[in-house]
Amino acid sequence: MPLLETQKMTKDFYKLRAVNQLDFHVEKGEIVAVIGPNGSGKSTFFNCITHIYSATAGRVFYQGRDVTGLPADKIIRQGIGRTFQLIQLFLEMTVFENMLLSVQEHRGSLLSRLFTKDDSEDIERAHEILEFLHISHLKDELAGNLSYGQQKLLDFGMVLMPRPELVLLDEPTSGVEMEMRERLMDHIRELNKQGQTFVVIEHNMDVVMNLCERIVVLDYGEKIAEGRPEEIQTNQRVIDAYFGVEE
Amino acid sequence: MKRWLFWGVVIAILCALPRFLGDYTLYVVSLTYVYTIVAIGLNLTLGYANQVSLCHASFFGIGAYTMALLLAQGWSFWLILPLSGIFGGLFGAVVGFPALKWKDHYLALITIAVNIITFFVMVQESWLTGGPTGVSGISRPSIGSLSFASDFNYYYLLLVFCILAILASIWIVNSKWGRAFRAIGLNELAARGHGISSFNYKLLAFAVGAFFAGVGGGLFAPLLRYIAPDAFTFFISLEFLIMIVIGGMGRIEGPIIGAIIVVMGPEVLRMAEAAYLIVYSLMLILVMLFMREGLVIVLDRLRKAIPARVGSRE
Amino acid sequence: MADFIQLLIGGVSMGILYGVVAIGFVLLWQTSQTINFAQGEFVMVPMFLMVALHIVLKIPFWPAFILMLVGSAILGYLFERLMVRKLLPGGVLVIVIATLGLSGFLRYGIQIAWTPQTLFFPPLFSTEPIRLSGITFSPEDIWNIVFISVIIVVLHLCIKRTKLGMAMQAVAQGRETAELMGINVRHIIILVFVLNSVLAGTAALFAAPIFFVRYDIGIFLGVKAFVAAIIGGFNQIRGALVGGLTVGLAETFAAAYITTAYRDAFVMILLFIVLLIKPEGMVGIKEEAY
Ligand SMILES: Nc1ncnc2c1ncn2[C@@H]1O[C@H](COP(=O)(O)OP(=O)(O)O)[C@@H](O)[C@H]1O
Ligand SMILES: [Mg+2]
Repeated sequence: MPLLETQKMTKDFYKLRAVNQLDFHVEKGEIVAVIGPNGSGKSTFFNCITHIYSATAGRVFYQGRDVTGLPADKIIRQGIGRTFQLIQLFLEMTVFENMLLSVQEHRGSLLSRLFTKDDSEDIERAHEILEFLHISHLKDELAGNLSYGQQKLLDFGMVLMPRPELVLLDEPTSGVEMEMRERLMDHIRELNKQGQTFVVIEHNMDVVMNLCERIVVLDYGEKIAEGRPEEIQTNQRVIDAYFGVEE
Repeated sequence: MKRWLFWGVVIAILCALPRFLGDYTLYVVSLTYVYTIVAIGLNLTLGYANQVSLCHASFFGIGAYTMALLLAQGWSFWLILPLSGIFGGLFGAVVGFPALKWKDHYLALITIAVNIITFFVMVQESWLTGGPTGVSGISRPSIGSLSFASDFNYYYLLLVFCILAILASIWIVNSKWGRAFRAIGLNELAARGHGISSFNYKLLAFAVGAFFAGVGGGLFAPLLRYIAPDAFTFFISLEFLIMIVIGGMGRIEGPIIGAIIVVMGPEVLRMAEAAYLIVYSLMLILVMLFMREGLVIVLDRLRKAIPARVGSRE
Repeated sequence: MADFIQLLIGGVSMGILYGVVAIGFVLLWQTSQTINFAQGEFVMVPMFLMVALHIVLKIPFWPAFILMLVGSAILGYLFERLMVRKLLPGGVLVIVIATLGLSGFLRYGIQIAWTPQTLFFPPLFSTEPIRLSGITFSPEDIWNIVFISVIIVVLHLCIKRTKLGMAMQAVAQGRETAELMGINVRHIIILVFVLNSVLAGTAALFAAPIFFVRYDIGIFLGVKAFVAAIIGGFNQIRGALVGGLTVGLAETFAAAYITTAYRDAFVMILLFIVLLIKPEGMVGIKEEAY
């Protein structure tokens, strides 16, 4: 049973079909890349999986359960973590508050959240992750005062907080300088070794080729190819659609 | 420790105050306590969760009518007061539903519409509400032999509830609820992306904010002894908005400062109603233009300037 | 039947007035994301200005009218210059709060500076009812409809056909693109603000004899125009007109056939009905966002 599976996922914006009949699956422990030219529907696909957008058609299964149509926050709480292409943080809160917010809804009842303080375990974990990402010295800084690269790391750290089984990353390395990029990739690899599953939208081919075992290629919302990195590199349709127009 | 001392002195002064005040001034201060409670509610809804409510006067009114009508049925004040809050809060949760889809100016208009409709209901459905003249002869409560019937005694009851409301709001703001309120107010997309239910917390922000307003209403009716729809118009909602905006949205002190200025200001300055409404409208503009944090930042600066002084910054 | 036609004409006359005010509202929103909760006061103030010029100072009608429009234009200009320009970066809510303040400032300003009383404004046209095969028309309504229709058609042509109008459309489509096209966005926005307040001033002239000239009519007029814009479709000028007519007609017919008790509340109920059934408005376009 795949960890995540979509069947015939379709999303129309008006007359524009952004995602078209997409069948997709991830097995536990994989790192899968989703690539494709700009505007090919990658981000929209993520947004449909997590129900940020309502899909026009199609179903989503997570751990074999049909989660289609569940509210976004509920899908996230099933154990899916995600980032957005444009970093989404609580800019007017501190780094540490951001970290705690990312985990507070994952345990306990709504009512209990009025009466209980943050778990000491969560606080510890937030420290650990910030340490791991080398931004722990910024923990009392407002997220809005961080540099772009630091924000990107914080965003990544927040996704890790609730220990999601599946992590969806939308262009995690875009706009991040070389050194930071290497570090991010190392983090992903290490976490993957510990059993976490990743789906990564990525433009940088080095990252894709280095990191992923399987690549899915989208063009105009359709899956035009799928396979191991070396297969994709030589696939004619992919070369036409993607490598032909690469910036 | 110093902080406790400071607040102890403040409360002692407030307790001693009625001995030095005339009847009317005592009433004005009592009214300030009531409005503070409502403004605290609006501050939770709008100041923290960023959900626009221009119908807090409706919630306030529901609390007041609940009190007035059930007292007339012979119910106990102590039973009705929580009901005032709960009815206000339930109605608030219902009004919160549009907030799931709309925000900012849409929500402002929708809540104005709610306020206009509830006002008309209060005026027109006189079988229930007593119509334009409202309900009079509202009694005040007692506990055993301790009666709050006099203005003097009722003042203390209001003081206690006002302090309780402030403490409750501090608790809520510092809880995970408060953090989630701020989160959906700052970035709803990010909130949803981290499993924070905008459904739950938007409705809660309305319900909790309306609960405070309802309790405020429940205390308001016995203070005046009569209520009429005029006390619950959209313009009153605007006054609540003015309070938290000039006091400071999203700050515990905001509604307190705002209520003091808006309720007591005209009395201190002895202004005609229209004159102070001009002043407050102008303040709304000026605060938005030059001092978006509200007057609370004046306090902040004072605190910084006098480091030895004590005070709480939640 | 006779009743019905009379009501229809009354409703259209009222609705087209709401429509004009709502069009200004939508223009402001489209070109600069400004929400003006003082829009009703932008009608109320010119009414008083007209009374001051024409009745108190006894300036003849046309010069008084022109002066009133100039006054409106200045009001619109100052609004943009002194408030909106500085507030826009703060987001919609900041504008909402500040214009609520402006609304109160103008409202109570007129009340204190002039009068809390209702002032009389002479009808623009003969009030002698016209009888036609058993139906009684108020000529006022007919002229309102005719004149305002002409104004709207002219406005429409200006927007669609003139260079300035096209520049306005370009700004509404997107600031950056408009700038790239060499359009001076600042100037266009100022122009729209002036246009909005001049439209409101014109509406004031027609509204003055129907509504009362009172300091507090603005807020309800403004709220209804806003409702009109939303139920018509906020992203469409056409929508504002449709919405205005809907509001005018609904209000008139509800008062006649259902109950007068809830007259002002009825429009608000209508707002909820439309938002429930067709949230993007009657002729609006659906937008999808996060
Ligand atoms: N909210 C939206 N409304 C309308 N069209 C959209 C929206 N979001 C994305 N699109 C369109 O859908 C297509 C896919 O976009 P996207 O998923 O962002 O592509 P990618 O992430 O692969 O670059 C694009 O043509 C884009 O313009
Ligand atoms: Mg993308």
